[in-house]
This record gives sequence, structure tokens and C-alpha cells, in this order.
Amino acid sequence: MTTHINFLDLSVYYGSHKAVDEVTMNIQKNEIFGIVGPANSGKTTLLKTINRTLDLITGTRTTGEVSIDGTNVRNIGNVNHLRRRIGMVFPLPVGLPLTVYENVAYAPRRAGIHDKETLDELVEQCLKQAVLWDEVKDRLDTLGTKLSGGQQQRLTLARALAHQPEILCLDEFSIAIDPVTTMKIEDILVQLKEKMTIVLVTNLTQQARRLAGHVAFLNASQLVEWGETEKMFSNPEKEITGRYLNGDFG
Amino acid sequence: MERRKVLVEGIAKKVMLVAALCLIVPVLAIIAYIFYKASPVLGLDYLWGVPEGGGTGGGIWPPLIGTFFLVLVSLCICAPIGIMAGIYLNEYAPDNWFTRIINMAVTSLAGVPSIVHALFGVGAFVLTFGMGESLLAASCTIAVMTIPVLITSTREALSAVPMAFRQACWNMGATKWQTIRTIVLPNSISGILTGVILEVSRAAGETAPILFTGAAASIPFMADSLGDKLMPYFLGDKFMALSYHLKVVADKLNDVPEAMKYGTAAVLIGLIFILNSFSIVLRMYLRSRKKW
Ligand SMILES: Nc1ncnc2c1ncn2[C@@H]1O[C@H](COP(=O)(O)OP(=O)(O)OP(=O)(O)O)[C@@H](O)[C@H]1O
Ligand SMILES: [Mg+2]
Repeated sequence: MTTHINFLDLSVYYGSHKAVDEVTMNIQKNEIFGIVGPANSGKTTLLKTINRTLDLITGTRTTGEVSIDGTNVRNIGNVNHLRRRIGMVFPLPVGLPLTVYENVAYAPRRAGIHDKETLDELVEQCLKQAVLWDEVKDRLDTLGTKLSGGQQQRLTLARALAHQPEILCLDEFSIAIDPVTTMKIEDILVQLKEKMTIVLVTNLTQQARRLAGHVAFLNASQLVEWGETEKMFSNPEKEITGRYLNGDFG
Repeated sequence: MERRKVLVEGIAKKVMLVAALCLIVPVLAIIAYIFYKASPVLGLDYLWGVPEGGGTGGGIWPPLIGTFFLVLVSLCICAPIGIMAGIYLNEYAPDNWFTRIINMAVTSLAGVPSIVHALFGVGAFVLTFGMGESLLAASCTIAVMTIPVLITSTREALSAVPMAFRQACWNMGATKWQTIRTIVLPNSISGILTGVILEVSRAAGETAPILFTGAAASIPFMADSLGDKLMPYFLGDKFMALSYHLKVVADKLNDVPEAMKYGTAAVLIGLIFILNSFSIVLRMYLRSRKKW
């Protein structure tokens, strides 16, 4: 096992508010890494440091470092190149105002893939991986914004997969998706991890338990602890971790 | 209690309806009056004809095509500048003191009276840049006057595209320009163009900005040459325009028949109405294509 993503003393400030407080942990290649924690604990912020979309918000400041394959993301000259290596799925489903097909083909096109056959194949494959293909295969030319909330959420997943990222970050991806479909997607995530590293932020601790090899627990901007999933659930070092993961928090 | 709410709602509706009528009735009344007064002269001969006897008779074609040219040339100058500046300020500009100064300048300039722009036009274009009193100088003046408003309307059209779309694109590694080109502009271009046409035609209907920068009371016109009629002014020429022509016939000449004066006004209103309906059609098209 080699380290893929490494957080070292990472802190993030929004103005004077510290949203991530000196987080140090590392994520292995080809694992599913779960991040859990109550609202406002800094989970989403942590994801945004990986592809540096945090830079797009004015008034943010980070100290410490995030590195991918040992390279500090700050030192990657072409930030768009960095972002193409990472797939991001955020909880707010946003279908772009383009057809379903063009939604999925968006990133590949920007990366210079224009061959129709290649695109067709890629679109079908990604929509299948997002468990959306059967529902939209006959209407690939409808607008992505006109799909249902749950469908749009899966569309964003397909879109994130379309640029064949080496890291896939999922932020509460199943929030608008029914349990049956969620289970199907979970099965696919297990297959996908053969090809990529998956960072899974979730409010469902049982989802993390089912899928993740390692889990990190964040609370009030701080990394309380992280480690192997089973140990975190059954025998955590901090008492608060056990209480949160087993559902009697608060 | 319920009944009272229904009653209040009903009254409120009626009051607002009356307010809306108050707005529309005078407008319709003015238009109807002008067209009624102009009706004796209105017709193809009038539109296509050339003024005779210093505006006391004949037609209105030279000022009509003059205003049309004015709109066209001003559009070519202010649309690219206004739109690009709007895109820069809305999509690229960092939030710092420099941007804030530009924003302040844009807002203040939009509030400057047109006669001030006109004097600036004389100083800058007619004199300093040596354009003389010409179609070009007048168009530049109209452009300067319109650009601040254009920037604002462009920014409004751009901000109507939800931020979440841009973020989604950035997350996929699209550059800012790719995002603008593929998502932001296609969904705001109709709104932007609507603003451009509205603003320019509004400005071209004004007298002040062309008063000292290139408008002429009358220009010798070869009545029968088609080429001369379709292309009467070049960029360096003085030109006739409807708004100025209206001023001339309305207050300088006592012996102009009333119908001629109202005719000029009617044609000016008509031209601006036609230009505006372009943008209304565009906007309807935009609504019908709304993608979210
Ligand atoms: N754009 C922003 N500007 C200012 N503060 C922000 C911004 N985004 C997040 N924050 C603050 O940072 C803190 C952490 O937010 P974050 O979104 O990372 O939490 P989270 O763990 O993802 O919460 P949730 O489970 O509700 O999604 C919060 O206190 C929030 O108010
Ligand atoms: Mg979050």
C-alpha cells in the first residue's frame, strides 16, 4: 500500500474562522477512505483543499500542506490539470444546462477528446457506473437540469467519472437517492476502487462502515482520530468517536 | 378573519391594476395623439422623401437613415467594449480596491446627464482626436454615454446564470474562459444583446449627445440617386438625425406645417419601437429556451 493523498498540519481559515484545524492523515492508493462528522465540522472544506477549488472563494487561507503522490498541490502549476485528476461530487445536485449527453461529455471535451465513438462509449460507461443509464438511455438529449433531483445527483457522479480521475471525492452523494439505487452505487464504488482512490464524506456512519477501509472522524474543525474502520467502530481511542459512530451523539 | 384576508387581497389587486393602468394610459395617449396629428403626412412618400424648403415640406428619409447609421456605428463601438468589460468585471475581476474603483466609476458614469457626455464628446472626439463634427464623433459620444449602462446590463445578465454551474465546471478542471464560453455566455447572450439594443436605441433617440458632435440641420441631398440615398453619410461626414431634425422643425421654423413636426416625432418613435421590438423578440426567445 502506498500513500496517495497526504494531509500535513493542514489548517483552513475562512476569514478569521478556522474551519479545519491542523489535520494530519494519509489516504492510501485504491482504498475507500471515509470521512464522517457532524455538520460544520469541516468535511466539505477538507475536500475542497484537495482540488484547490477553495482558492476560488475569496478570504480563505490555508497553512500546512496537501500532497498527492508526494507532490504538494500548491506546486502543481496548472491547477486545471490538477482538477481533472480529481472527480468531485457535491451534495447539491447541479445538472449543467446542457443535454444529459453533453453533461457527461463536458470534461472529456475540455480535455481535448472529440472523437464521437470514444465519447459515446465513455458517456454510456459513466452513466452505467452511476446507475443512471437505464433511466436516460432513450433521452440523452433532454436537458440535465430537467432530470429529477436524484437523477441529477447521479448525473454529477457520471460527470465526475467521465474525466477518468485518479481520485474520486464524494460528498454525501446519496442524500437525494433512494436506498435501492444507493446500494447499487455502493457496489459500483467497490469495483471502482480498483482503479481509483475514493474519498467518501458521509453522514451515514453505516455507509462508511460498509465501504471504507479507513475512517476519519472530524468534530468542530478538528480531526478527532482516524484509523482502520473496524477498530474505529468497535474500539476507538476516544470515547466521543465511539459515541458518534454508533449513533448516540449529542 | 379568512374573509378579511380575501377582501384585502382583492383590494390590493385592484389598486395595483389601477397603478399599472396609470402607467400605460398616458403612454398610449401620447402615441395616439402624435400619430393622429401626423396622419396627414405619414406614408411611403414621406418616409422615402427628401426634405424640401428647409424642412417645410417633402420627406424624412435623410434624418431617418442618419439615425439608423448612428445606432449601427455606436453599436459597433460600444457593444464589444461594454460586453467585454462586463464579462471581466463579473467573471474575472478580483475583489480589490482597483475593481471597487472601476465599479464606482461605472455606477457614477451611468448617472451623468447626457449633455455632459455631449460636451465631453466635443472636447475629446471632435477636437482632441481631430474627428471634427462627424458621424464617427457622434457615434463615439453615444458609445461613451452607453457603455456604463451596458456594463451594468451585461453584468446583470451574467449574474442570472447560477454560480453553481460555474463551480461544477471548475470542479471538472474547465478553465474560466471555457466555463464562460460553454455555459455562461450561451445562457446569457440573449439577455446581453437585449440590453445592448435597448440602451443604444434609447441613446440614439436623444438630441444632446449629437448636438455639437456631428448633427446637421440640413444637408444637400441628391434626391434621385439611389446610391446617395442608401449611403448618404460616411464616417467623417456631418449627418442628419431624427432627434435633431425634430428639434429643428419644432422650434426653429415657424412656417413648418404641424403635421410635418408630428410626422418627425412619429417616425422617431416608430424607429425606436422597431429597434426595441428586436430586443423584445430576443427576450421572448430567451424565455422559451430557459434551461433551468
Ligand atoms: N464559503 C464559505 N465562506 C465562509 N465560511 C464557510 C464557507 N464554507 C464553509 N464555511 C464554514 O466552514 C465551516 C465548515 O464548513 P463545511 O462545509 O466544511 O462543513 P461540513 O462538515 O461539510 O458540514 P455539512 O455536514 O453540513 O456539510 C462552517 O462553520 C462553515 O460556516
Ligand atoms: Mg458538507
